[in-house]
Amino acid sequence: MSTTVCVPNMEVVYERPIALADVHTHYCPGCTHGTAHRLLAEALDELHMQDRAILVASVGCSVFSYKYFNVDSCEAAHGRAPAMATGIKRVNPDNIVVTYQGDGDLASIGIAEAIHAATRGDNITIVFINNAIYGMTGGQMAPTSLPGQRTNSSPLGRDVRSAGYPMRVSELLSQLDGTAYIVRRSLHDAKNVRKAKKALLTALKVQEAGLGFSMVEMLSSCPTNWGMNPQEALQWVEDSMLPYYPIGDYKVIDAVRELM
Amino acid sequence: MAKEMLKGNVAIAEAAVRAGLQAYFGYPITPQTELLEHLSKRMVELGRVFLQAESEVAAINMVYGAACTGVRVMTSSSSPGISLMQEGLSYIAGSDIPTVLIDVMRGGPGLGNILPSQGDYFQVTRSAGHGDYHPIVLAPASVQEAIDFTVLAFDLAEYYRHIVIVAADGQIGQMMEPAELPEMRPVNEKRPEWALTGAIDRDPNIITSIYLEGHEMEAYNLKVQAKLKEVKKSEARWVEHWTEDMDLLVVGYGTAGRIAYSAVEEARERGMKVGLLRPQTLWPFPEKRLSELTDEIEAVLVVEMNAGQMLEDVRLAVSGQIPVGFYGRMGGVVPMPDEILDAIDTHYKRLAIRLRDKERV
Repeated sequence: MSTTVCVPNMEVVYERPIALADVHTHYCPGCTHGTAHRLLAEALDELHMQDRAILVASVGCSVFSYKYFNVDSCEAAHGRAPAMATGIKRVNPDNIVVTYQGDGDLASIGIAEAIHAATRGDNITIVFINNAIYGMTGGQMAPTSLPGQRTNSSPLGRDVRSAGYPMRVSELLSQLDGTAYIVRRSLHDAKNVRKAKKALLTALKVQEAGLGFSMVEMLSSCPTNWGMNPQEALQWVEDSMLPYYPIGDYKVIDAVRELM
Repeated sequence: MAKEMLKGNVAIAEAAVRAGLQAYFGYPITPQTELLEHLSKRMVELGRVFLQAESEVAAINMVYGAACTGVRVMTSSSSPGISLMQEGLSYIAGSDIPTVLIDVMRGGPGLGNILPSQGDYFQVTRSAGHGDYHPIVLAPASVQEAIDFTVLAFDLAEYYRHIVIVAADGQIGQMMEPAELPEMRPVNEKRPEWALTGAIDRDPNIITSIYLEGHEMEAYNLKVQAKLKEVKKSEARWVEHWTEDMDLLVVGYGTAGRIAYSAVEEARERGMKVGLLRPQTLWPFPEKRLSELTDEIEAVLVVEMNAGQMLEDVRLAVSGQIPVGFYGRMGGVVPMPDEILDAIDTHYKRLAIRLRDKERV
């Protein structure tokens, strides 16, 4: 099955990246996982990494992401993707090792593995999808859910007095000396999507150059579990998430600047 | 190679190196820490991978990751650490990844203590994690066996694409005795075809343990069960002593089995018709052999350093045909030969009374 339609005398300007599998995904309408997948696949294509990339999928909505990329892949236990990636990278330094994790996976059950991979400076790349909710289990409060945010496990809104405060993962990890490149981007509009792609390219180049731990956090939408239509959801990212999770470069070591 | 004085933990570590270990990930815990310390020197010296993980949870997942790329990889721990590794082990089992794990068992439950124990029998033989499977479990009774079983563990793990656990009690890990290390094997640089190496000129390899459709999951479960059936048929290992002519059979493994040997030897000298079966594999348990012996004996005495865990496997094999007695010590207390001899004596006397009563009838 080919997705490229050939029309004589016309230049192909848009086609499926080689690194993106030609299959239907299970993601809900309006979910930005699809966008993030495409960006990662484009970045792998552009850097000619598809045939040496190893993807570590996580638990959550992205549990089947290993099916959606044309790269060697494995599926980690909940939160353990950075440890698995460390194991893979240590014995295969020439492969490009990427974990793809949501906020429940990375910031809650897997925060220890993420922090220690970061502080060791393990030369891996984490793609961190932050949509402020547990999607796969049907919309429960995540470590990144905003104060007052209503979810199926905080029906009256997240009460910080008992549930504590949302975790800003990029800011947290950027404090660790082992990290080389930590940025937060957003997928709520075209301009920001392009910036997210550029950040992914940089992160993968950081890994290729052996500079250490890299992570691109992407603010994402979850229309289904937020109870919104796709457009409202993107607006909510901009209006509600951006103020709490500012877009920015939280850690860019000097050697990385030379790659950008 | 000549015999040398070796500490169990160091001997296991060096045996793994010589078996071609390419990567080790571990976390310090007594009484196995010398194993990690030895590898922290040796692996680096040889240009291989050594990493001290932040937890046993991370260590087993690093092992999982490295093993997915088809290299010889291992971790080691002791009872509370093995509890933490159960999750990772289940995922490894659910994706047919060869992995070697050393468990130098200590007293429990909870933090327990750092003394020798066999309290992990259930946790290593029954599943070592959620879901339907058994790891292959080898139980050494000497430093030499610890060396030999470590090498064997890698071969079995790769042959069956399965988890192999060397379950040594703390005594085996901590004691020194003369033993012979194997020759250094070359590291196998060739990766199996299922390994994650980068999809160069082939379709991507995928390693996962998720099957959402019930019938797909069951088909995988059946595949695992078929593999385990083969393991059961081919890999049960044990040693036996004085089993040609006996009324009472003592069954014990590891350090308990070794001490039971001294007790049985003394019982024989005192004229009691006693034999010893020492399982070297706890899973598969040598149930067929025990079942055969059951026809020739009057009673069984199980000796363990726990509250009676292998006891259940012995009862299953004996299947109610003859009485099964038990003598165990817990809390890291190692039984003395005299205690076991007393237990043998007690059971033997009971047996004699029963036999006499039988004759009267």
